[in-house]
Amino acid sequence: MTTQLRGTDVVIVGMGAAGGVAALPLAEAGLNVVGLEAGTWLDQRDFAPDEIRNNYRDWPMLVKKTEQERPTSRATSATRANQIGGHPMMNAVGGTTLHYWAQSWRLNPWDFRVMTETTQRYGASRIPRGSTVEDWPFGYDELEPFYDRVEREIGISGQAGNVRGRISSRGNRFEGPRERDFPMPPLRWTGFHDRMADAARSLGWNPFPGPAAVNSQAYQNRPGCGYHGFCNKGGCPINAKNATHITTIPRAVDTGNLKVVTRAHVTTLEVDSNGRVTGVNYVVGSNEYFQPARVVLLASYTYENVRMLLLSNSRAYPDGLSNNQGQVGRHYFSHHQGAGVSAFFPYDLNSWYGLPAQGVAVDDFADDNFDHTDLDFIGGGNLWVMSDRRPISAANMGTYGQSRNWGSTWKRFIHEHSDRTHGSYIQKTTLPYEDNYLDLDPEVTDPLGLPVIRITGQFKDNERAIAGFMQDKMEDWYREAGAIEVNRGGLGNTMGASTHAYGGTRMGDNPETNVVDRWGFSHEAPNLGVLGASVMGTSGARNPTLTSQALSWRTAAHLVESWGDIAE
Amino acid sequence: MTDSKGRLPAISRRDLLRTAGAAGAAALVPDAVTAATEETTSTAAAGERQLGTALPSETGPLPTRALANLTARETEILSAMVDRLIPSDELGPGALDAGVLRFIDRVLSESGTNAADAYRSGLAALDTYSRYTRGSPFIDLSTVDQDSVLIDVQIGAATGAGVGFVGGSGSFFNMVKSHTWQGMFGDPEYGGNVNFVGWDLLDYPGVRLGVSPEDQRALEADQLEPVRRSAYDYGIFE
Repeated sequence: MTTQLRGTDVVIVGMGAAGGVAALPLAEAGLNVVGLEAGTWLDQRDFAPDEIRNNYRDWPMLVKKTEQERPTSRATSATRANQIGGHPMMNAVGGTTLHYWAQSWRLNPWDFRVMTETTQRYGASRIPRGSTVEDWPFGYDELEPFYDRVEREIGISGQAGNVRGRISSRGNRFEGPRERDFPMPPLRWTGFHDRMADAARSLGWNPFPGPAAVNSQAYQNRPGCGYHGFCNKGGCPINAKNATHITTIPRAVDTGNLKVVTRAHVTTLEVDSNGRVTGVNYVVGSNEYFQPARVVLLASYTYENVRMLLLSNSRAYPDGLSNNQGQVGRHYFSHHQGAGVSAFFPYDLNSWYGLPAQGVAVDDFADDNFDHTDLDFIGGGNLWVMSDRRPISAANMGTYGQSRNWGSTWKRFIHEHSDRTHGSYIQKTTLPYEDNYLDLDPEVTDPLGLPVIRITGQFKDNERAIAGFMQDKMEDWYREAGAIEVNRGGLGNTMGASTHAYGGTRMGDNPETNVVDRWGFSHEAPNLGVLGASVMGTSGARNPTLTSQALSWRTAAHLVESWGDIAE
Repeated sequence: MTDSKGRLPAISRRDLLRTAGAAGAAALVPDAVTAATEETTSTAAAGERQLGTALPSETGPLPTRALANLTARETEILSAMVDRLIPSDELGPGALDAGVLRFIDRVLSESGTNAADAYRSGLAALDTYSRYTRGSPFIDLSTVDQDSVLIDVQIGAATGAGVGFVGGSGSFFNMVKSHTWQGMFGDPEYGGNVNFVGWDLLDYPGVRLGVSPEDQRALEADQLEPVRRSAYDYGIFE
């Protein structure tokens, strides 16, 4: 028996990084918004700096929706997919922004125009074979005001490198022009960061502090970062990490126009005979509800956005909502590649206190910031030296051939060296390909009996070439700073589930190759919007959150301006 | 054997292979250092400062009675294994001193029968493998033989008819090692890391909610006093 609820103007599915941002401009414009969230509210008392609970037991007090619907994955369609690995997304009001690393990068202008820029500079033959990459339907300049807005609404610290064309060598000289400085200065550096910056300069590179959704000083009545060292998969006990549950969501609630419903597990979207969305079905425990809405914004992360569309079959959309062109799930890619580099130093790094959003970046080898004429790939990577050390993970460090990893010899090794290793992940350009995609797994289901997402994805030659090239650069950098051993991870093969998952509901003007239009609304169901990295057609060498938040604000702002056209 | 800062010299692969002859399977492990190598390096520890050697009598190093979730026999085997993973030695307390058995017992109480079954079957298989290949129950082997058995178990080589590791011996080893590391180096709230011996071993300066620029400078000058508190000793989380 389904309870029919009273209708609302907008329902947002997911109160996380994207939905939690979009709610604010909608609520401020006077629209009635219902935010459906599978998780619950958490606060500072839930954020003890406890490595066992945060990093090993995965927050036992949480609603475990994403864990129960972990995607399966396989490299190619020739093999069977397995449900291996975890799914580190978080179900809570604020979503994964509660415990994310909070690196808050803008994309660079090149990322919006990969096709055009590559073709013009190197020729069309340099677009990797099989890639379905397209230019975005707009350029960096179009998104800049929304980057600027969310950087202030959420609170981003950083060092500008390009303010209206004025280049500063203290920031990222390769970034697109920004209207003004960051609202806060960058997080501080440690002695090791200074040392790495010096090493970068002596290699002729341009080091700068990275941008973070973390207060470097008091901001919006919350304190500056405490650098306590448990930010990686940890919530902030002093509210200095600018997750949406303490920034945009409470401000939207304060307008009186946003109602957040927790423990609401959305299953499907409903449509009418004209193909317009009429609302969403959700369950709370064993109770079923239908929430009617004039507009639905889907903001439940890449895998779940795609899954919910594919599960919502109707006469108007027999193969899934907004999928009459077969584009839902296509153009999928992720940063699951790995291909990291780790280094062993003959001195202590003093990294016990700090956070992954604090550190030294080098962008000289990202995007098209360097000449690719004689290289066998396009794109590149961002080098990033951060602080991230906790006791158990430190005790699990590699031993670089000096000891087996237990016993008395190991004990002596770890006593001497627990603070002498450093690892780099290296964010890399990843492109979409015709045979990398998401669909519903034919066998594996969640506890409700609904199929989970199946990832079919493989890192291709271009991605693997970038990885090898960037590992060389990272090794050069570590060696310049005195590293005595350097290890490299594999170049990447199967795309497992990732917190950096892109595509599946790509944004673009062409309805035959894209699910949503340039504003983030479905080409097929005009009152359905999609929020999050699932609309992004390129990744850049960046963490996706800030771009997904800027896009969310833009989609919400467009909805407010075009309410009559979209909702009526 | 150490440089002026008391660090170990790097051990080359060639050294490893040369000293590994007697230890057999150890040479198969890229990171393995044989018992022979350990002996030479342990003398290097003599000049080092001792860590937290004073143990509280109420915690005691080795329980003689069974854990709540294991038999007395299983507890003995687990105790001997954990004691080899992080031994009590001249450098300071080991896993048993840190309360790792109590930590594991709580893990088993909280995670239900599957985890306890994995321990029971793994410990039985460890003992069977010891008897088949070294002629004695695990707890009666010399520490050198215990280590060589554990190396076999770690690399998945502890196989053979009737040994009985479910899903490979390596996964059993990794489970016990992971819990041992969590009990040794995790927050004392969970029953391990007694007297912060794990954090002292790492020179981890402790859980702080705020680290000022002055604190960071003191850390870099090796002058930051360790804080000895569980996260849950801070009022906000009590």
